[in-house]
Amino acid sequence: MSDSNDTYFIPEPSRWPIVGTIALFVAFIGGGMVLNGYINNGQYVLGIGVAAIIYLFYGWFKDVIDESIAGKYNEQVDISFRWGMAWFIFSEVMFFAAFFGALFYTRVLSIPWLGLEENVSNQFLWPDFQAVWPLLTTPDMTIAGVESKYMAIKEVIPAWGLPAWNTAILLASGATVTFAHWALKKGNRAALCWWLAATVLLGFIFVYLQATEYGHAYHELDLTMKSGVYGSTFFMLTGFHGFHVTMGATMLAVILIRSMKGHFSDHNHFAFEAVAWYWHFVDVVWLGLFVFVYWI
Amino acid sequence: MSEAVLHDDHHDHKPTGIGRWLFSTNHKDIGTMYLVFALIMFFVGGAMSMVIRAELFQPGLQYVDPQFYNSMVTVHALVMIFGALMPAGVGLANWMIPIMIGAPDMALPRMNNMSFWILPFAFTLLLSTFFMQGGAPAGGWTMYPPLVLQLGDGFPYLVFAVHFLGISSIMGAINIIATVFNMRAPGMTFMRLPLFVWTWIITAFLLIAAMPVLAGGVTMLLTDKYFGTAFFDAAGGGDPVMFQHIFWFFGHPEVYILVLPSFGVISQIIPTFSRKPLFGYTSMVYATASIAFLSFFVWAHHMFTVGMPLAGELFFMYATMSIAVPTGVKIFNWMATMWRGSMTFETPMLFAIGVLFMFSIGGFSGLMMGITPVDFQYHDTYFIVAHFHYVIVPGIIFGIIGGIYFWLPKWTGNMYDEKLGKLHFWLSTISVNVLFFPMHFIGLAGMPRRIPDYSVQFADWNNIISIGGFAFGLSQLLLVWVVIKCVRGGEKATDQVWEGAHGLEWTLSSPPPFHSFTTPPKVTDATAHS
Repeated sequence: MSDSNDTYFIPEPSRWPIVGTIALFVAFIGGGMVLNGYINNGQYVLGIGVAAIIYLFYGWFKDVIDESIAGKYNEQVDISFRWGMAWFIFSEVMFFAAFFGALFYTRVLSIPWLGLEENVSNQFLWPDFQAVWPLLTTPDMTIAGVESKYMAIKEVIPAWGLPAWNTAILLASGATVTFAHWALKKGNRAALCWWLAATVLLGFIFVYLQATEYGHAYHELDLTMKSGVYGSTFFMLTGFHGFHVTMGATMLAVILIRSMKGHFSDHNHFAFEAVAWYWHFVDVVWLGLFVFVYWI
Repeated sequence: MSEAVLHDDHHDHKPTGIGRWLFSTNHKDIGTMYLVFALIMFFVGGAMSMVIRAELFQPGLQYVDPQFYNSMVTVHALVMIFGALMPAGVGLANWMIPIMIGAPDMALPRMNNMSFWILPFAFTLLLSTFFMQGGAPAGGWTMYPPLVLQLGDGFPYLVFAVHFLGISSIMGAINIIATVFNMRAPGMTFMRLPLFVWTWIITAFLLIAAMPVLAGGVTMLLTDKYFGTAFFDAAGGGDPVMFQHIFWFFGHPEVYILVLPSFGVISQIIPTFSRKPLFGYTSMVYATASIAFLSFFVWAHHMFTVGMPLAGELFFMYATMSIAVPTGVKIFNWMATMWRGSMTFETPMLFAIGVLFMFSIGGFSGLMMGITPVDFQYHDTYFIVAHFHYVIVPGIIFGIIGGIYFWLPKWTGNMYDEKLGKLHFWLSTISVNVLFFPMHFIGLAGMPRRIPDYSVQFADWNNIISIGGFAFGLSQLLLVWVVIKCVRGGEKATDQVWEGAHGLEWTLSSPPPFHSFTTPPKVTDATAHS
């Protein structure tokens, strides 16, 4: 790593951006075909697109890792990467903010409005609607009953069962990734790998437990995406979070493999830190979920 | 794959062939692609508005059926906002920010390339919906449910196009922030940054905060249509109005995402041709930041008539009014910059002054609509169409065109044809007012927007508006001709180009070397913006 600011690093022309664009394009076309009901052909197009996206990540990051190992990056490049990752995470925060906003809006404003006696929707459409949270019975169900396009929820998932365990698991994984970081800074390679392995394991346990919970919700509680706005917000928030945990755990696994190969030094390991930031971000989002989706 | 670590030597080797553009990591090439793409989309969106104006030339249904008319209105907006205005702003940023702050390139050049190349693919997705069952989106660019959910096979592609464009914008914004925060030359402190750079950092923050919210909103539309969720369905406990809140939480900052780069451009142009430093530089920076900050608290002024609690209506009314204060500061500073300046009126200056006058018209009509009780009359009439077109066309597009004339000699090394440039300005200015000013009258008289037919008492003004529209559209062909002519040759431009020009971009040769600054220039007060 060079400390000199008198030279700049500019990458040579790269084919990865256009590959990535085409990969996303193909995936979007396939996704649209599947949604429009052309499932037979669409799934292949989608599959090719997703495979191309995975190939893109592999190839692009391989270039970056090779350049980094070759010592081509100076401190300025490192700082650019830091700004980039930090603001990428902020954009993810705003993405979740849209869904949290939807949750707060329905809970605080629109459902109480639907229950107001002087409200026309209450007078003419759904006089029997009760504005409560969790909303087990949607307005439509008060008229259509079992014919309703929405499914009545039997009960919701209590906070102090599996979700509390999941909270503990994610918080523990936040600690283990920090221990791994300390080990890396001290140059203790074995401890780094073990703590990282523990973090990856905790991450995938979390995903596994979420999947179990989804199965329980779908098969026993009738809590589905089609259960009205409770199910909508529940699955949108936990679903996107679960997807992010899966991504984060996969990224951690890559960092683990790189650590086992001897990558990173005690002062030069931005990839590790970027993934750790990301991991803390999904951790914090989960705390929001635990409090606002499950608990209160 | 190898890379170039640049030292003092000026090796100006350019990649050749199509690969130069497809695989580019050069901010100037990418900036050029952005600008050319924006120009193409300007004419694509413009062609759609010509269809609209042809249909509205007389009352009754003439040329297109109402569904197609609605598609024209919807896609015209999407193409102009996401395909023309935003890429043009990013194109200027790509070209100018590195050379204004003394950097060799953008901080993350590969990502820069991807954020450009997404655009043509995203618009392929969007425009392909015209050929699908159910046609192109026709429920308005705001995509309000439940209407938008009635779209046919095109619906997922509308949503994915928005996602795709959002990815592009966020990557572009991250790049600009990393570049400005990390690549400034020694001595280029924040308060020495050219104002164009300042407006772009603030725009980039707006993009990062607003685009993901839109992505979330359209994702909920997608699951409502295909996965049975009930976010925007009252029967399931949701609320269609909630989409409007989410959309405009993105949508209002989006307005400033579009306009701030234009403000930045004219903040460069006006001091240059007034031969005076920008008046009130510091207050300009703070005013821009204030506008951006406030833009997150005014979104519901787009939906005063939707049925909100009185407290909400009042809050959003006062918050909206408060944006007039920093905007007024900016207008005042631009005028004070010209005050007793040694002014000349080359084409960029004409366009900048045009922005000042005509953006103010749009700003004032915006204030009128910010007043909740009177907005009940204006809402969804041609008055609002007049308002935002005054903001967007002479406020933003004129700023971008002014920037193109301002920097074209720097980019190409040749002076453009001043006579043709002035002709372009005057034709555009006259026709744009013929086009949009009468919309105020018919709007106040009650003509609704987004309807292909109208009552006969609006016929005369619509006739005149359409003539203004065709004239404005044809005038823009002149811009293409001026640019092509300038690229092909002309009087050689000096490095400084304009007598009153200050700043790092004017210290480089015209055109600048392929890698702008290979060693960081030292910036002092004397070489900074003023």
